[in-house]
Amino acid sequence: MARALVNVPKMARQGEVVEIKAMIAHPMETGYRIGPNGSNIPRDIIRRFACSYNGEEVFSADLFPAVSANPFIAFTLVATTSGTIDFTWTDDVGKIQTASAMITVN
Amino acid sequence: MHALWPLAAVGAAAICGIVSAAGIEDGEERSGVDFMTPETQALQADDMSNPGMLWVLQGEQLWQQAEGRADVACAGCHDDASQTMRGVAARYSAFDAATERPIDLAGRINSCRAERQQAEPLAPESDALLALTAYVAHQSRGMPITPATDARLAPFRDNGRRLFQSRIGQLELSCASCHDDDWGKRLGGSVIPQAHPTGYPLFRLEWQTVGSLQRRLRNCMIGVRAEPLDLELHLTERARGLLVETPAVRP
Amino acid sequence: MHEDPLRVYGGLAGRRQFLRAGMTGLLVISLPRWAVARPSLEHAIRTFTGGADVLDGRIRLDLPPLVENGNAVGITVAAEAPMTADDYVRRIAVFNEKNPEANVAIFHLGPRTGRATVSTRIRLATSQVVVAVAEMSDGSFWSSRASAIVTLAACIEDLS
Repeated sequence: MARALVNVPKMARQGEVVEIKAMIAHPMETGYRIGPNGSNIPRDIIRRFACSYNGEEVFSADLFPAVSANPFIAFTLVATTSGTIDFTWTDDVGKIQTASAMITVN
Repeated sequence: MHALWPLAAVGAAAICGIVSAAGIEDGEERSGVDFMTPETQALQADDMSNPGMLWVLQGEQLWQQAEGRADVACAGCHDDASQTMRGVAARYSAFDAATERPIDLAGRINSCRAERQQAEPLAPESDALLALTAYVAHQSRGMPITPATDARLAPFRDNGRRLFQSRIGQLELSCASCHDDDWGKRLGGSVIPQAHPTGYPLFRLEWQTVGSLQRRLRNCMIGVRAEPLDLELHLTERARGLLVETPAVRP
Repeated sequence: MHEDPLRVYGGLAGRRQFLRAGMTGLLVISLPRWAVARPSLEHAIRTFTGGADVLDGRIRLDLPPLVENGNAVGITVAAEAPMTADDYVRRIAVFNEKNPEANVAIFHLGPRTGRATVSTRIRLATSQVVVAVAEMSDGSFWSSRASAIVTLAACIEDLS
C-alpha cells in the first residue's frame, strides 16, 4: 500500500503556473544511525523522485540521506493540457512507488 | 546529545526545583502548538505538508479493509467514520466493562478486532494501529476535549492525578513541577509546554514518525512503575475544552 | 546528534591504535562509514559544477536561522530565470557543511516548471552552513548560502 499524498489543482488555466506538493511515507534511514543492539541500521532511502505530465518527465530530484523522513517536495509546473500527472519514488533497491492526479486545463 | 542531557537535567532541576503554587489557571489552558516555532506550527497547519496525514490516509484505507475470520471491515459495522467516529476521540479514554479498567482508543480498536473481526491484535506502536487510531481521532479534529464522566473512571483518574503530582526519579521531579508550575519558562532551548494530549497519535520530529501518547508517557516515566492509562485519564481531564488536533506535530 | 558517535568512535580508535597499531586496518573497517572524512562543502560544490566559477546571486535560499529539531528543517530555494525554452534553470543543488554527507538534494528543472522554486525538508545534524547552487541553461552557476543554529528539545527519548 503506497502511502503518498500529492496535491495538484483540479483545474487550471492554460499557461498558469501551478504549485504541486508530493509527500510519501518513508523512513529515509540514513545508514549512519546505530541501533539498540549496537550495529548500524542499514541505509534505506528514496533515491529519486520524478514527476511526469502526460507521460513526459517535467521535474525530478536526486535525494540523499540528508532529506527528512517522509520526503516532502513542493515545486511548480506550467499547466499545458488536460491530463495526468504521475509521480514516482524510487528507493535504493530500485523499488518504485507511484501516485497520480488529474488536471483539467481550459 | 551526550553532552546535552546532563545540561538539560541540571536545567530541569534548577527551573523546576522551586515549587510555586502557580499551576494553570482557568482559561489559561494552552495547547503545545502555542509553544512551538512558527515553522513547526506551519508543518501541522497544512494537511498537505503534515506528515501525520500519511498515517490518517493509511487509516482511511484500513478502515475499509475486511479483516480476520469474520472477514469484516471497520466500515462494515461503523460505516462512514466521519459520521460515526466524530467526537469519539474527544471523550476517550473510556471505561471497559469487560476488564473493569480504562481503555484508550488504540485499546478499543484492538478489542474490536478481537471480538468483532476475530483478527489478531495489532502490535502497540505499529504503523497499522497508529494509522487506524489517527484516522479515528482525526474525525474529532477541532472539537473540544470533553472527557467521559463515567463514575467508574474516577478512581483511575484520581490515581493519575496522584501520579502527575508525585515526585519521582533521581531529580525528584513530578510532572506537575514543570508542566503545572513552570510552563512557559525555558528549559535549554525549549519552552516548557503545559503537556496537554490534544493531538495524539502525533508526528514527533524527534521520533521522525507518528507515535502514541503512551510512547510519550513512557518517555517521561523511564524507570518508574506507573499506570500510564490512569495518567492519561488525568491528562485528558486537565485538557478539558482544548481542541483535538490529531494528527498534531510536535518537535 | 550525529556528532557524538564520531567522537566516541574516534577516541576508541585512537586508544586501540596506541595499544596495538597492527589492528588499525581492521578498526577502520569497523568504523561507521561516515567516520572516514567526508568531502568538504567546497569540494562537493566543485564536483557539481565541474570546476566552473560560481557567482553570488540569482538564487535565494530560505532556511530558518533557529531550528527546533534538526530532523525536519523546511527550506525553499528560488532561482531567477524567465524559464523560457532558451533561458531557464537546469538544476538546483543543495549542500551542507557538517552532515555525514555533503549532498542534500539535486533538483532537475526546465521551461515546463514555469518557476525555479522548490521547497523540501532536510536534516541538519548540527548547527551549520547550507549552500544552494543553481545551474542555468547558459552553463553559468550561481549560489546562495545561509546558516542555521540547531537546538534540541530538552526532554528526549533516546539518550544514546
